[in-house]
Amino acid sequence: MGNEKVLEMKNITKTFPGVKALDKVNFSLRKGEVHALLGENGAGKSTLMKVLNGIHRRDEGEIILKGEPVEFESTKQAQNAGLAIIHQELELIPHLNVAENIYLGREDRKGIFVNYKKLYQKTEAVLDMLGVEIDPRAKIKDLNIGSQQMVEIAKAVSQDAEILVMDEPTSSLTNQEIDILFELIERLKEQEISIVYISHRLEEVFEICDRVTVLRDGEFVGEVETAETDEDQLINMMVGRTIEDRFPEMKFNPGEEILRVDNLAVPGEIINASFSLKKGEILGVAGLMGSGRTELAKSIFGVYKEKTGDIYFRGQKLKIDSPADALDNGISYLSEDRKDEGLVLGLPVADNISISVLTTMLKAHTFINAAAEKELAQKYIDDLSIKTPSEMQLVKNLSGGNQQKVVISKLLSTKPEVVILDEPTRGIDVGAKREIYNLMQDLVDNGVGVILISSELPEILNLSNRILVMHEKEIMGELDAADADQEDIMKLATGRRNQ
Amino acid sequence: MNNLSSNINKKNILEILNKFKTGIGLLALIIILSFLSPYFLTIPNLLNVVRQVSIIAIVSFGMTMVILTGGIDLSVGSMLAFSGAISAGMIINSGLNVFLAILIGLAAGTALGLFNGIAVAKAKLPAFIVTLAMMTIARGFTLIYTNGRPISGFEKTFRFFGAGYLGRIPVPVVIMFLLLFVIYILLKKTPLGRYIYAIGGNEKATKLSGINTDKIKIAVYALNGFLAAVSGIILTSRLNSAQPMAGEGYELDAIAAVVLGGTSLSGGSGGVIGTIVGALIIAVLNNGLNLLNVSSFYQLVAKGAVILLAVFLDRKSQQQ
Repeated sequence: MGNEKVLEMKNITKTFPGVKALDKVNFSLRKGEVHALLGENGAGKSTLMKVLNGIHRRDEGEIILKGEPVEFESTKQAQNAGLAIIHQELELIPHLNVAENIYLGREDRKGIFVNYKKLYQKTEAVLDMLGVEIDPRAKIKDLNIGSQQMVEIAKAVSQDAEILVMDEPTSSLTNQEIDILFELIERLKEQEISIVYISHRLEEVFEICDRVTVLRDGEFVGEVETAETDEDQLINMMVGRTIEDRFPEMKFNPGEEILRVDNLAVPGEIINASFSLKKGEILGVAGLMGSGRTELAKSIFGVYKEKTGDIYFRGQKLKIDSPADALDNGISYLSEDRKDEGLVLGLPVADNISISVLTTMLKAHTFINAAAEKELAQKYIDDLSIKTPSEMQLVKNLSGGNQQKVVISKLLSTKPEVVILDEPTRGIDVGAKREIYNLMQDLVDNGVGVILISSELPEILNLSNRILVMHEKEIMGELDAADADQEDIMKLATGRRNQ
Repeated sequence: MNNLSSNINKKNILEILNKFKTGIGLLALIIILSFLSPYFLTIPNLLNVVRQVSIIAIVSFGMTMVILTGGIDLSVGSMLAFSGAISAGMIINSGLNVFLAILIGLAAGTALGLFNGIAVAKAKLPAFIVTLAMMTIARGFTLIYTNGRPISGFEKTFRFFGAGYLGRIPVPVVIMFLLLFVIYILLKKTPLGRYIYAIGGNEKATKLSGINTDKIKIAVYALNGFLAAVSGIILTSRLNSAQPMAGEGYELDAIAAVVLGGTSLSGGSGGVIGTIVGALIIAVLNNGLNLLNVSSFYQLVAKGAVILLAVFLDRKSQQQ
């Protein structure tokens, strides 16, 4: 890695009506380096990348690419200049195969036909260069997310991209897939490709990034060499204050049993699950991707029609055939996918918060009580400090952390006695994470039974009272969080039973 | 700072213009036509336009709700014909009381809509296919029931609904505005309306919020069948005849009115106020071109062009 700068962004300022999204931000990228761009949600990372990519026009500042000042007016121009962005939501065509996707619109032709022989040869060459083992003839829809991301990267490389922007590339990958991605990133570095790496996971930054630039509220906070900093300093730079600990000291006061699951089974999803949950405790559920954690939660929440086994609430057998039944019985569920399953993005904050309890606050038994609805929304906006201009703001305009708080408000509005949280802190920033942890303590203090599903083992270990570990649709064992460590969990998660 | 505030003002004005753009379009059309034809802006002509629009508008209200949930209903024209024919048959052939006959006609339309809803919500079939099938099935039922011949010649009581007046206002217009009001309130002020928007925005999330989304969808399709039946009965009454091929192509006019009115075809945003304006634009355009003696062949082209232009402008304004 040389010191040659491939990209320099100087004093970039961008104002949206009423908001200064970027204020004199600097960013530079060396040839062949991986440069982390850190900041809480709303800090301006995406805006900066959109300015770079030609989606937004900057108000001030300059962009120098390989020594030349540039001004992209479209993403196409940026792409031609060697810039590629790998978005969180991948942009591949599911029914086409790998090769067709990589060379979409740039296929070699034989007359009017696609020259498939050459297409597959070229694709294999690119995949080989990246050391990726994927069949060029496989359809995208048959690949897992990790492999799809590799295809997206291969596509960028095949377009001679010299700068790759990766926006939270690991957010939906398993640990194993993350390892493969990191190997790939190393190989890209060898090809002298420079990478802008946007992530919330600090461990990853220390694992693969050379330098870090931190933004906060649209301002440039600083640029540091990864080797010369630590997690505490970076968090400090990101949030502008010292966060004492990543996790609060949780206090549990387990009471009587509130939920018992007895031999619950769903064909193809869950094999005979049995466990119990007490009031005022947090039961962690760990397991690898695809181990059935989410399915276990959903089967308790009434999502699956075909199921056997029993669910008892306060010792009484429940019949739960739909989410409505579960909510009626005080069981609520926070989905791991807030955009797809949690929110109606095109509706206001208030409508999203009140949707589950709308019929409990009617005027003349018929009409929505607008005043009561507003009051409810305002209560949660205050309680959870949701950052929004008003309760009528559309949810799609909020940052990830605030969107998550809206979904949580919706759950809380039903006054649940059992709360199942599925990856509650996925894709949200450090500050918001901490707030959600504190909220979990509040729930426990109020005698709610909490089930916490998380891929992040430190989260499970630090926040739970007891831990269930799943493997291949089955509960493998239970651990006491006080004397378990990551290794104990991984043993069970990879299929080795407790003695 | 001055610059910034004038920017914000400009943005507000643009937003307001954007919100009322269909209304502004309608107004512009009316102004232009009032210059081109002296007869256009007279009360008899305007009443004539709203009376003409009432039948398609009532169908469009139902269509708006269906489209808001992210669905579509191609069978409205056939359901309309079937309901009209049933009511007519009950009066003429079976000699039933007019009001009872109307109730049976409304029930028939509602039942067909209910079937659509169950097929879409419970059997999870695509709305396009289900209602395409219903379009031919209901048309078939109508032809079977009427033997392919019109049922004509009603008494005064039945004719009132399509041809009568309340003061100077035609009865269909009164019914249309009544339904517009009721559906507007339903969509904006009741939980059912909220759920309709929510389902169109994100059905999965709505279901996980504890809403029985299947029930809501079935209700919407049934309501749509009911409104098609209302239209069918008014049309039968106005023409003094139930035509077996009545309402052919109405589904496309209704969809056009909904889209012109700014309701998104993918669901989740829009409303009936836009739809009535959309329906009026089509009706005013037809009326104006008639007054100007433009051949109906050209009118078809003009109608299509206006729909294209409106949707194009809508896209443009959303991109900005």
